[in-house]
Amino acid sequence: MANTEATATETEEEKVLTDLEKVGEPRAPRKKPNEINAEELTGQIETPKVQRDVADHKPYLCKPKSMEKLGFPSELRSDWHDAAIAKMGDLLKKYKALQVYMDICVKCGSCTDKCHYFIGTQDGNNMPVARAELFRKVYRKYFTTEGKILGKLAGAERFDLDLLGEWYSYFHQCSQCRRCSVFCPYGIDTAEISMAAREIMDHIGVGQKYTNDIIVKVHEVGNNLGMNPKALAATLESTEEDLEEETGQKIRLPLDVEGADVLMVTPSADFFASPHVESLLGYAKVMHQAGINWTFSSTASEAGNFGIFIGNYGQMQKVASRVQKAIEELRPKRLVVGECGHAWRIAYSFWNTIIGPFGSLDPNYPRPQHICEFTLDLYNRGAIKFDKSANDDRVVTMHDSCNVARGARMGDQRGGQFTIPRELIKASCNRYVDMDQDTIMEKTFCCGGGGGLLTDDLLELRVQGALPRMQALHKVRETHGVNFMACICAIDKAQFTKVMPKYGIPLSVCGGVHQLVASAIELGAKE
Amino acid sequence: MTVLFVILAYLAATVFIVGLVAKVWKYATTPAPLKIPQTPAPVTETGVPGRMLSEVAVFKSLFKSNRVLWLAAYLFHIGLLLAVIKHFRFFFAGIAAVPGLSVFTTYEMYAGPIMAIGLLFLLMLRFVVDRHAYISVMSDYFLLLLLVGIAVTGVIAKHFLRVDLVQVKTFVMGIVSFSPQAFPAEPIFIIHFSLVLLLLVYFPFSKLMHAAGLFFSPTRNQVDNPREKRLVTPWAAETPAQVEVVEEAPETI
Ligand code: HEM
Ligand code: SF4
Ligand code: SF4
Repeated sequence: MANTEATATETEEEKVLTDLEKVGEPRAPRKKPNEINAEELTGQIETPKVQRDVADHKPYLCKPKSMEKLGFPSELRSDWHDAAIAKMGDLLKKYKALQVYMDICVKCGSCTDKCHYFIGTQDGNNMPVARAELFRKVYRKYFTTEGKILGKLAGAERFDLDLLGEWYSYFHQCSQCRRCSVFCPYGIDTAEISMAAREIMDHIGVGQKYTNDIIVKVHEVGNNLGMNPKALAATLESTEEDLEEETGQKIRLPLDVEGADVLMVTPSADFFASPHVESLLGYAKVMHQAGINWTFSSTASEAGNFGIFIGNYGQMQKVASRVQKAIEELRPKRLVVGECGHAWRIAYSFWNTIIGPFGSLDPNYPRPQHICEFTLDLYNRGAIKFDKSANDDRVVTMHDSCNVARGARMGDQRGGQFTIPRELIKASCNRYVDMDQDTIMEKTFCCGGGGGLLTDDLLELRVQGALPRMQALHKVRETHGVNFMACICAIDKAQFTKVMPKYGIPLSVCGGVHQLVASAIELGAKE
Repeated sequence: MTVLFVILAYLAATVFIVGLVAKVWKYATTPAPLKIPQTPAPVTETGVPGRMLSEVAVFKSLFKSNRVLWLAAYLFHIGLLLAVIKHFRFFFAGIAAVPGLSVFTTYEMYAGPIMAIGLLFLLMLRFVVDRHAYISVMSDYFLLLLLVGIAVTGVIAKHFLRVDLVQVKTFVMGIVSFSPQAFPAEPIFIIHFSLVLLLLVYFPFSKLMHAAGLFFSPTRNQVDNPREKRLVTPWAAETPAQVEVVEEAPETI
């Protein structure tokens, strides 16, 4: 066991640090952004030949300060091995999914060609079942009779530093997109396994910098971007001015209004990142035109919730509890969530459990409601009108966000998360075309930057992981002249605008669904 | 011989039943704190059995994913199912009287061969497809070979060496009714029977638990209605809205 030597020697402190570095540093130094190249696009998604150990990507380790702030050990625990096994036992008792998925994978191989990171990196350990096996090896060794008796023959392995290093690498090469789960005969969800792995690693002092820093930022400042309430108010004000210049109308972006009809919770990227802000303008125009009294909240200025990415229930709940607090403070009648994939999964699937029930909200509307549900409903009732020709310079396709496609829904029908945004898009433009059936709806490919991987220290992985989506997009660009891919996710927008240039696709191709709405909506007098 | 196999049979049956029940109990009682149904999920309670049925009866997701693999898997499982049903006659007296069974008996002779072909097909995939080879370990090959062994010895015993089935039935019914009878000690039957006992013992501790675990998979058995119906499970409800601060950092740091 790696730590027996450590505890036995004088140089213990040094030794422990070295171990942590061993776990957290890739073998080869990370490439600089300009050294990263993307594959030539052909429009075809091909299953690669399996390679061994070719994707040694690792994100930066979390600094001790952030670890402590989240209640995790600041450094690799000297008894990390025992602590990890204990935590694994704990999680197995808490999560049915984890327990069942540990036991029932038959290694049929059905999922092996489904992960965008495997397709992009060709690394065998990025096949979903192989990724899960890294976890299962340890599970078998310490929790199953088969593994205890047969050992390696049954695929059981001791949890040592090398294996921990592989965990750190490959469980941060999973965007928790759940595509593999769609094709597994038992629905085995590798996302659940990678969440559990990250939770265990955090508990022994091996955290990821990007996700953990962001969670700290939300606790301390209120949102992922670290924008304090004053800065937020100023941003909203200047956006109002821009809007007035553009439209000649007084379109408001209200903040902290008590007793509003609608409390809008949106990813903080919408406030000033590009192209996110274009959708923000869309929300504002819709509210304005429909005459709805709405507000943002400086308490809940973030819809995103990175607690899910690190698999920590308490953190996820604490981040979400800001929304609960905002409802108490502002007493809105309705709760609407902006364009963000994982945020909508958490809002739709988890909020009712972790911060519900929403007794104070109007039960005549979904609690919470997605902005696409909200806008389409207004459109269908005639409260807003679109001039489709405003988007005539665009040929539009839609990228289904993995979290919305596979982890949430909209409307009251099955598949509403696919039909509602598409209806809204088609209502606001004349030319729409879908990408290949195998790459949309529940079979959608992740953008390559989800699950807490949207960080520049993983840029090479992000470029590789985007490959299948880029291929599908390339195909419709060639065949139909598509020049706009509508997204409903802040991570998609940030990821695509970063990686598309590598693939030779212009930035303007990526935008939001409400960006189209913003162009098409007819402002002014209503009859 | 009889004494040995009677003891082994009871041991194996006990391990199988106790092991299976213990595992199923564990799956059933472990909480699922969050709603994680996988699209396309049913939006009502009544939709869940239908979804399950499509997975169990026709391996729907596998079909969506990989037709070749589906064919191999389906052949094997259909063969297995036929083989299991066909063995009922050893367990129950007067089974021939069950209506509809005669249709089945016309095809039952194909059970073993279908099963074996499916298994060899699956085995071949593990050698031929590089992705499958990458993920396969000893126990994956072992299980397939064990099942091939059972299928092949079964076919040989029945169709080639023509083991005395009346004697087999007497023995099995003796076991089931707790009044042991003489063991049909023909070599091919000894092998077939031993392999089956091995399979029974191995079952609860291996990936064969997929047969039961499938029904407890939250992505497949949950209803997609989180906004309408609040899900609350004990430990999750008790988690304070504040961060759970875990064990202190180790003193060595
Ligand atoms: C509820 C009943 C069952 C269902 C729905 C079911 C379903 C499946 C599915 C979908 C697969 C994946 C495809 C494949 O690789 O074959 C599989 C694999 C397998 N099943 Fe079953 N199964 C059931 C019962 C059983 C039983 C009772 C046994 C054995 C005694 C069994 C033995 C196997 C084996 C050995 C594999 C792995 C095949 C391989 O190595 O590729 N199954 N099963
Ligand atoms: S599809 Fe499911 S059962 Fe098959 S190898 Fe992948 S995770 Fe395992
Ligand atoms: S959840 Fe997505 S990223 Fe993770 S293994 Fe499955 S397909 Fe790959």
